[in-house]
Amino acid sequence: MDALERIKKQVTDNPIMIYMKGSPDFPQCGFSARAVQALKACNVPFAYVNIFEDEEVYRALPKYANWPTFPQLYVKGELVGGCDITLDLYQSGELQKMLQEAVADKKAA
Amino acid sequence: MSRIERIRDRLAQAFAPVELAVEDEGHLHAGHAGAATGRGHFRVRIVSEAFAGQSPVARHRQVYTALGEMMQTDIHALAISARTPGEATVSG
Repeated sequence: MDALERIKKQVTDNPIMIYMKGSPDFPQCGFSARAVQALKACNVPFAYVNIFEDEEVYRALPKYANWPTFPQLYVKGELVGGCDITLDLYQSGELQKMLQEAVADKKAA
Repeated sequence: MSRIERIRDRLAQAFAPVELAVEDEGHLHAGHAGAATGRGHFRVRIVSEAFAGQSPVARHRQVYTALGEMMQTDIHALAISARTPGEATVSG
């Protein structure tokens, strides 16, 4: 499976997926740290990929969604955004709603 | 032309903004792994009618597109605020 197919499978299999620098417990970039903190605060299970551990995904991801930077948050297979958008959505309360729906849909499926 | 000036130029051309601010945030990130590549950390605030009716993802994509290859050659990280004049009035 090439990197683009692998990404497609990851974002389809996991209703909430964040591609980040480092891990949720040990983020290695301020932007990834802030985005993952917002995710954690929503109290829903989410998947992550540490892009430093998958060079191919690191290179392919900007092309996959036409988005050049990290982190990247995907909900139900769609790119939601990077750090700024994730935090904006969190502050307006929309992120919590969006993530809970994604988890509920997955359970129902 | 400095990086900030080039960023400003491109954004001004692409969005005809009513408000445009570009800040270099490199000093906040000195010593961080990303800073070692020589590319910079920047924050942009743009207020433009061009964003009307567009989702946040679409707005940010437009900004990235306007900056083109600078995203690979000059910019390591970019914080973006992209609002319409109406939204900017509401939320300050």
